[in-house]
Amino acid sequence: MASRKASGNPEAEQIAAALATFHAEAGDLLNQVEDLLESLASAPGDRETLNALFRCAHTIKGSAGLFGLDAIVAFTHHVETLLDELRAGRVAFDGPLANLLLKSFDHARVLLDASRGQGTAPDDSGLVAELVARSAVGAGRLPAGRPGAGAGNAPPETSTGHGGPWHLSVRFGEAVYRSGSDPLVILRYLRDGGGVAWVELLEHAVGPLESQDPEACALGAEVLIEGADVPRRIDEAFEFVGDCVALRLLPPERGAEDMAYLRRDLADDLARAERIIAASLAHRPPAPTRQEAGEEAGPRRLVVRADDFQAIKVRADRLDQLINLVGEMVIVGSTAQALARASGSGHLLEINQQLGRLLEEVRNSALQLRMVQIGDSFYRFRRVVREIGADLGKDVEVVLSGTDTELDKTVIERIGDPLMHLVRNALDHGLETPADRRAAGKPEKGKLMLSAWHESGSIVIEVADDGRGLRRDKVLARAIERGLVERGAQLTDEQVVDLLFQPGFSTAEKITNLSGRGVGMDVVRRNIEELRGSVRMTSVEGEGTRVLIRLPLTLAIIEGFLVRCGQTHFVLPLDLVRECVSLDPVEAHGLSSGSTAWVDLRGEVLPVVDLQQAFATGESGQRRRSIVVVRDGNGPAGIVVDQLLGEFQTVIKPLGALFRGLKGLAGSTILGTGEVALIIDVPALLALATHGVPATDSAGRGAREMATIGAGSAPVH
Amino acid sequence: MSNASSGAPASVEADAGGGQYLTFQSAGEAFGVAIAVVKEIIQFGAVTQVPLVPAFIRGVINLRGAVVPVIDLNLRFSRGQSVPGKKTCIVIVETEQDGGRQDIGIMVDAVSEVVEIPEADMAPPPRFGAGVRADFIRRVGKVGGRFVMIIDVPKALSVETMAGLDFTASAEAA
Repeated sequence: MASRKASGNPEAEQIAAALATFHAEAGDLLNQVEDLLESLASAPGDRETLNALFRCAHTIKGSAGLFGLDAIVAFTHHVETLLDELRAGRVAFDGPLANLLLKSFDHARVLLDASRGQGTAPDDSGLVAELVARSAVGAGRLPAGRPGAGAGNAPPETSTGHGGPWHLSVRFGEAVYRSGSDPLVILRYLRDGGGVAWVELLEHAVGPLESQDPEACALGAEVLIEGADVPRRIDEAFEFVGDCVALRLLPPERGAEDMAYLRRDLADDLARAERIIAASLAHRPPAPTRQEAGEEAGPRRLVVRADDFQAIKVRADRLDQLINLVGEMVIVGSTAQALARASGSGHLLEINQQLGRLLEEVRNSALQLRMVQIGDSFYRFRRVVREIGADLGKDVEVVLSGTDTELDKTVIERIGDPLMHLVRNALDHGLETPADRRAAGKPEKGKLMLSAWHESGSIVIEVADDGRGLRRDKVLARAIERGLVERGAQLTDEQVVDLLFQPGFSTAEKITNLSGRGVGMDVVRRNIEELRGSVRMTSVEGEGTRVLIRLPLTLAIIEGFLVRCGQTHFVLPLDLVRECVSLDPVEAHGLSSGSTAWVDLRGEVLPVVDLQQAFATGESGQRRRSIVVVRDGNGPAGIVVDQLLGEFQTVIKPLGALFRGLKGLAGSTILGTGEVALIIDVPALLALATHGVPATDSAGRGAREMATIGAGSAPVH
Repeated sequence: MSNASSGAPASVEADAGGGQYLTFQSAGEAFGVAIAVVKEIIQFGAVTQVPLVPAFIRGVINLRGAVVPVIDLNLRFSRGQSVPGKKTCIVIVETEQDGGRQDIGIMVDAVSEVVEIPEADMAPPPRFGAGVRADFIRRVGKVGGRFVMIIDVPKALSVETMAGLDFTASAEAA
């Protein structure tokens, strides 16, 4: 059928999807790398960190190989080699090396981008030469290619081993080469750890040259290894081969009967099998009859990397579906509870309450699934700060805290741009050059702090710097120049800060390519409000600036305030609601004449919009109507409704493509009765009331986006 | 009929030839849609009106947790507004557009039956005079001496076209 979309080429689609995953994963790994290099700088030679670094390079190389991205494979191979030397302690970690690695991983990122058509890969021969030169320092000392040759330089720890050497049988799988691993490298790594008494390479499975697939590995090895902690070392050595390799590890006390498998493996050459068994036994003490915990009767089979995966990747839309279903269950559950109450049956009521509690827990757990740590989006700022700082001649250290704070994936994705803007602002306007800082009596290195923490059901993200802070007089002067305030006006500090968030405000004396183009804090504020969040800035002149962003933990659920107007139920986002007052029709000015009017709220003019008229909901005959006082970026306003129904926590449902041009609504939700209630997009509704149409054209685009993610308010970009 | 019962969504082919059709009444006329695009039929009720949309978008309903728009077929065909009665139903059809699936409810006066209309009994739609917009009708089938207008679902219920209309203007006009 022609209308089927997926009828193209399923294989190509699969590959494209896998490639996208590869890019995402490689990006993640490169983010980790920066962190790892940082910790390596503070603790050089830390095994865990070195291994993790190596793993990153290795994984990128291996996966790139699968997709035939040869440029990446070739380059990361050099990086991997250097890291391997580093890991083996043959190359020392120092400042220049750290920089080289940083540059190399940056280059890997460029190559990655280039591989999906973003930019072109620059020449890297210089970098490669540098990598090779550094690696050679280590490699030059040791002859390559003869595993076992290094047995002589085993460290003294050999003698501390308990009970003599272990016998290790390795059978490399066919896919070993294809996964980017090299048996030789692994064996050498094992050897360099010390304690390898004897190695015999099993090449019997390698076929005649003309029929042997050069990419298929057919090697095996028998290794006798002693020392403390042998299983862990073997785990480490084979960590990167994944399940491409079969290992058998015989503890020292195992005897000949446990080695019978060798006769099977070497069925064509039984003499050799016997020789190996004899040699192995000769090195190992005769098996004492000690019955050590009978749990392991057979040869020990190491499960390599089994516990390495603490996380699994799940497609986001599957999670969304689950969350939707759970949301429905909660709704149906509350209907059931209402029915149970009506039935008057105590048992039914009790069981329904239990069910309700469970559903609540299930929903919370389901929402947890979408939560990701904010760390990954923080890490990239290190790099940004390093680059921009260098451009501006500023020396800035990034301090991260609360990187493990979790919040909704959608929120994380959409907070990136505003954060970037704040970071750039801090670098451009806040932090001073080393000379200025010295003059001000501060350390030359500036500090930019990115922190995140949870606070009463929301998440707070802080961007702070120890720069020069806001200069009140400068801000005021600019505001007066721009006509934002009257000359001689008395403003509180808070009001001065608020000026920064006004559209078109910018204090940068010269326009740089970073910020200062006037699309500034007002956009940041809009973006954040779109996520139903808020932003606050405090600053002390000469000491620095803090920006606090408060965001809901998730966009899937809304804390709402339920109202009714006409026959329709509406939900207002609770965090925008300030108070509710009853409407005195006599006091309301212009309410009957049009959709906009104003009332006197404790001596202040409060513009109000009548939902009945704005949304043409029709008369309900309600005699006493109410005003919900809300507050968006432009100050307080009132929304006149027929009836207040109270707070209401609910799952947001998108309204769908049909309503994407619709202004004033942010989505819908389902009430306990099964009825659909509409979520009001407060800023858009107020803009609609003010201008008749939303403030700019792009608001429509925003509304569309909102309808699909089902939250937020119309942005103006 | 194999092509009708294959479960395909509202593709161009699905209602091109003969096959099984769900027939229903709307303002005294008989209409039909290919059974393959019909997901279910529910009783009319609990429709939430959505403000500032064209009048033919009757509102949204909760279909087991999904919010589904309901189209007033009479208004969509530029006839009078439907008045819900005892037999008023919502026929949920699945459409595929914009690369995504979208369920849409059609509000009809009464659902009649599922009939099989052989290709031989199908005729092209009249150019005018059918009382509805001719471009929304794909074919006219003959069932027991009566005419059934087969709705061109992708055209008549195109989200693209329906959403493209200026909501504010039509709401005021309505």
